[in-house]
Amino acid sequence: MILSRRSLILSGITVAAAGTLPGFAYAAAGTPRRLVFIIQRGAADGLATVAPTGDPAFAAARRAMADETAGGAKLDGMFMLHPALAQTAGLYTGKQAHFAHAVATAYRDRSHFDGQNMLEGGGSRPYGRDDGWVGRLLTLLPAAERDAIAIAPAVPLALRGTVQVGTYAPSRLPQADADLIARLTAMYANDPLLHPLWDSAVKTQELASDIGGNNGRNGAELGKLAASLMVPADGARVMMVETGGWDTHSGQRGRLAAQLRGLDQLIGSLQTGLGPAWNDTLVIVATEFGRTVEVNGTGGTDHGTASTAMLLGGGLEAGGKVSADWPGLGTAARYEGRDLKPTRSLESVIAGAVAHHYALDPKRVMTTLYPDV
Amino acid sequence: MAVQYLAANRFGLGRRFDDPPIDDPKAWLTRQIGDYDPAPTALAGLAGREAIATAYAEYRDERQAMRRAVNEAAMDGGETTGEAIQRMARAGFRRHYAEATGARLAAAIATPTPFAERLVHFWANHFAISADKQTVVGFAGNYENEAIRPHVMGKFADLLTAAVHHPAMLLFLDQAQSFGPDSAFATRVRSRGNRQVPGLNENLAREIMELHTLGVRTGYTQADVTSFAKVLTGLTVAGLGRGVGQRLMPADARPGETLFVERLHQPGAQTILGKRYDQPGAKQAEAVLRDLAVHPATARHIATKLARHFTGDEPPAKLVDRLAQDFEKTGGDLSSLYRTLVASPEPWSAESAMFKSPWDWTVSMLRALRTPGLGQRQNIAAMFTQLGQPVWRPGSPKGYDDMVATWAGSAALMQRVELASRIAGRIGDRADARRLAPLVLADALTPETSQAIARADSPGQGLAMLFASPAFLRR
Repeated sequence: MILSRRSLILSGITVAAAGTLPGFAYAAAGTPRRLVFIIQRGAADGLATVAPTGDPAFAAARRAMADETAGGAKLDGMFMLHPALAQTAGLYTGKQAHFAHAVATAYRDRSHFDGQNMLEGGGSRPYGRDDGWVGRLLTLLPAAERDAIAIAPAVPLALRGTVQVGTYAPSRLPQADADLIARLTAMYANDPLLHPLWDSAVKTQELASDIGGNNGRNGAELGKLAASLMVPADGARVMMVETGGWDTHSGQRGRLAAQLRGLDQLIGSLQTGLGPAWNDTLVIVATEFGRTVEVNGTGGTDHGTASTAMLLGGGLEAGGKVSADWPGLGTAARYEGRDLKPTRSLESVIAGAVAHHYALDPKRVMTTLYPDV
Repeated sequence: MAVQYLAANRFGLGRRFDDPPIDDPKAWLTRQIGDYDPAPTALAGLAGREAIATAYAEYRDERQAMRRAVNEAAMDGGETTGEAIQRMARAGFRRHYAEATGARLAAAIATPTPFAERLVHFWANHFAISADKQTVVGFAGNYENEAIRPHVMGKFADLLTAAVHHPAMLLFLDQAQSFGPDSAFATRVRSRGNRQVPGLNENLAREIMELHTLGVRTGYTQADVTSFAKVLTGLTVAGLGRGVGQRLMPADARPGETLFVERLHQPGAQTILGKRYDQPGAKQAEAVLRDLAVHPATARHIATKLARHFTGDEPPAKLVDRLAQDFEKTGGDLSSLYRTLVASPEPWSAESAMFKSPWDWTVSMLRALRTPGLGQRQNIAAMFTQLGQPVWRPGSPKGYDDMVATWAGSAALMQRVELASRIAGRIGDRADARRLAPLVLADALTPETSQAIARADSPGQGLAMLFASPAFLRR
């Protein structure tokens, strides 16, 4: 699907023209650079995405789920990539993927709301800022690279700021994703009226709107859409894509595999759709916090602290590498005895990658994106 | 007992994000009877009856002209242009419906007297018209705003009289096409030897007795219905029909005006429920309506419907008796009836047992949100159609049913979850469901719901769960 700027406007989306700032009136040389921020809402399990199978404490902590990454790509002596991330593994081989492990924002509690607010806002405490790190980044970019859009019904906090950005939301129903449906099933379990109604409603419901659904094809569709919004000469240059369904408290093995398959297809179709522009594109995949080292009693993991972030694209500083100041998984090495300990700030990982991508002064990027950290 | 939640949702339309806590629920409700504003600002600027009638007449004329043009063009194979013209013309008079629907929602979201506003919706549904007929579509909003709103705190007789005399009702139940068999007009037509002599249409007379006043099987007979239909003849609407009656309208009649045309009226006295009515002209119908309005069967009928709306499918007999007695004693004073209702223990003694209608649920959701939950281009009418309750279009003069089973369906539940999810997605982190839940669910917030919301994987999901929670779906 190719969407021209005109058809976007006609279908009721505002793609705001970027304002012009004095001092940035020059045209960028070569292909304009592109940035895609994929947020994983719900706390994605970094320990199953990029599994530290070489850590001596890993197998005991993950018990029956220790083989979750069996059959995946071996990244180095310590880490295995989840097998659902097959195309991403190909990027890693081609030095177009980098995984930053044991990273976390400055947030240290375990609420999704507050954690996502910190991840997007980039402040030092929840609800400390009403603009976001991408929104502030836009002020540093030349006019030709400042057109930003989110595939979301409203502008997410990460993109808010002084530069106006657009949103695009595919209007097709259903809007209720598999995770919300599962939570409502639990909520209605003891309600004599709602329980049977909901049961029959869910049976006839086609789950189509989450990336993990439809054997990854939903993710592929989303990636194709994102690329089509960024390819045209007057298309968006900065993009945010929202994904949900990462909160795997139970049945993690199947659910996470489906989620990662969707993410993998999203990334793959984004690369395909962008064509040559992929070489000047940086994709950042990040989540609000990680999950517990130990598996819980329902085949899942609970809210944790540090996780993994992914950097993807054609011009990475250190492609084909997992970077981590690995803290270890033994009980004493964990944060509060339960979580992967954060040894590096996610903010600095993001700022570093962005500074390299746009060839900007790293210090200036850090103080603009994360003024409070 | 979740009295605060019941006050806000069973009696009101859900707590607004900026409403103070309801400290004394009964005082809060009775105060609204006096504070009620029958013409809220959200409704200002809507088209009047004349503009609505004119828009319809223009549509009808254009359609006829277009049909002629299409018939001619059909020879050359050019029908499609004609269809396009028809669509445009229809859009013109449907605009009044769309605007009134939007204004109704805006008024419900903004109102500081949600109990009174609920009563407006209750009475509009009791005296239901249905925007299925093209003549009625444009008038639907005007009907509620001009016939229902001014009288919901007054006497039932005035409410009944206003509803029956509004063009929307006269057109919906065919009164505008009902003529006295022995009226001056029919007699003249007959004397000319026309085979098709205009006659009686019993539709409105029957529904007034069956649905608006006495109630079904309360002892009135077919003879009563026929006599009442004769009494009602003469009532018609100016500027809409092109039929025989229109030529009898006074020259200065404004389109959309309700008229009594003496030449269409059945002359002579009529006997209804054993009482003889010999008033002249339009006074005859007024007298019958005033008697029907205070009939003991009417008192019981209204008491039952009102009690059901505020307690559940099977209203307690004690409450029905108390309301019926109040109605009879005061001669149908509605304010007194509401005071008795609020003071009664029955509506407060049950947990939220009723399932919110799509209208109730959507209004309560939008009242809870500081950030507008709907896009500017949202088609309000289409939204309620999708939710299963098109506004002012129940499909029958009986109105929408007021039972749990009417609204609690599995597809309907999924529709709500999807709408909640869409609205929550639009609002994202600009509302915090954890802080909103104690406000909107008040004393109906359970630890389970509170915990489920806190555990949501995003602010948007938390908001969707609040609006889909078992408590919020009920009233």
